[in-house]
Amino acid sequence: MNPVACRLLCLAAVLIASAAGADEISRGEKRSGFDFMSPATQAMQRDATSNPGMLSVLEGEHIWSERAGRSGVACAGCHGAAEQSMRGVAARYPAFDTETSRPIDLAGRINRCRVTRQGAEPFAAESGEILALTAYVAHQSQGMPIAPPDDARLAPFSARGKQLFTLRMGQLNMSCASCHDDNWDRRLGGSPITQAHPTAYPLYRLEWQSLGSLQRRIRGCMVGVRATPFAFSAPEMIDLELFLMSRAAGLRIETPGVRP
Amino acid sequence: MTRALVNVPKSARRGEIIEIRAMISHTMETGYRVGPNGVPIPRRIINRFVCTYDGEEIFIAELFPAIAANPFIAFTTVATSTGTVRFTWTDDSGETYTETAEITVT
Repeated sequence: MNPVACRLLCLAAVLIASAAGADEISRGEKRSGFDFMSPATQAMQRDATSNPGMLSVLEGEHIWSERAGRSGVACAGCHGAAEQSMRGVAARYPAFDTETSRPIDLAGRINRCRVTRQGAEPFAAESGEILALTAYVAHQSQGMPIAPPDDARLAPFSARGKQLFTLRMGQLNMSCASCHDDNWDRRLGGSPITQAHPTAYPLYRLEWQSLGSLQRRIRGCMVGVRATPFAFSAPEMIDLELFLMSRAAGLRIETPGVRP
Repeated sequence: MTRALVNVPKSARRGEIIEIRAMISHTMETGYRVGPNGVPIPRRIINRFVCTYDGEEIFIAELFPAIAANPFIAFTTVATSTGTVRFTWTDDSGETYTETAEITVT
């Protein structure tokens, strides 16, 4: 065989191998990012007195009962005790929003409520307040399995999210699936590659030294593959969040998680 | 808004060794970073932590810029009497934040 044909054949073989590798994670192999962490970081998350995310949950609890906006009503004014009214909510978000005919994530829902019901200024994306309040609400679902809503209207958006998950992007020309579906049992630069299940958001990342949202994490990954990251709350971001939550169905909510 | 989480056993037997934990939300800005406009961000860290038990100092720590945000401090002491455990954090701006917890010793 001449060298050119040989090279083409090799290239074809590599392409076929990488295409065949794009397998979804089977139900029995689904694992939270928690299982990939060191025992020390796991202990930090497990113990509420050493989990730094609990400081934000505490802050969120305060905001929950604080009157805000023109209405002068606190979250607690309508929703009462979050322990009852918000239990299980984070497990079923993003949900379909009839006003915009699009899915909306938990932080988006909270900010919407703040603007339309409380008549207050929305919290800035990724601000300490919105993260704290979202963490407080999501913390009420801790231990509950992720249960995406069975809503046919969400299907096209989830499909779009899946498409984005498997779309190669950036200068490195990699998709989310290149790492998180195909190579989750391996390491990248010494760190375990996880399955990318958003079980613990908003979570405290030691690298960030603060709480951060799933969107911040996705943006970090996108910068990593040298792609232009989606803006906060961009429709693509919500679609991706929606797909990731349906992909993680059955895993338990850990909010506030701790990650390295 | 500063939030602190302290953990002291509600009750203990006299002479028992108890673990005390304290965590506070603080950015611990090192002073080595520069902002987006190239201007250095001034240092602002918690530089001193004091714990008193029944009015007596039982633990003091000096903190430095290498300590991460939201410092977490855990230590042990001997339960001597029923009283108040008081935690005080002081930062570079001179601001102090105090948290207290009660312990019953039998």
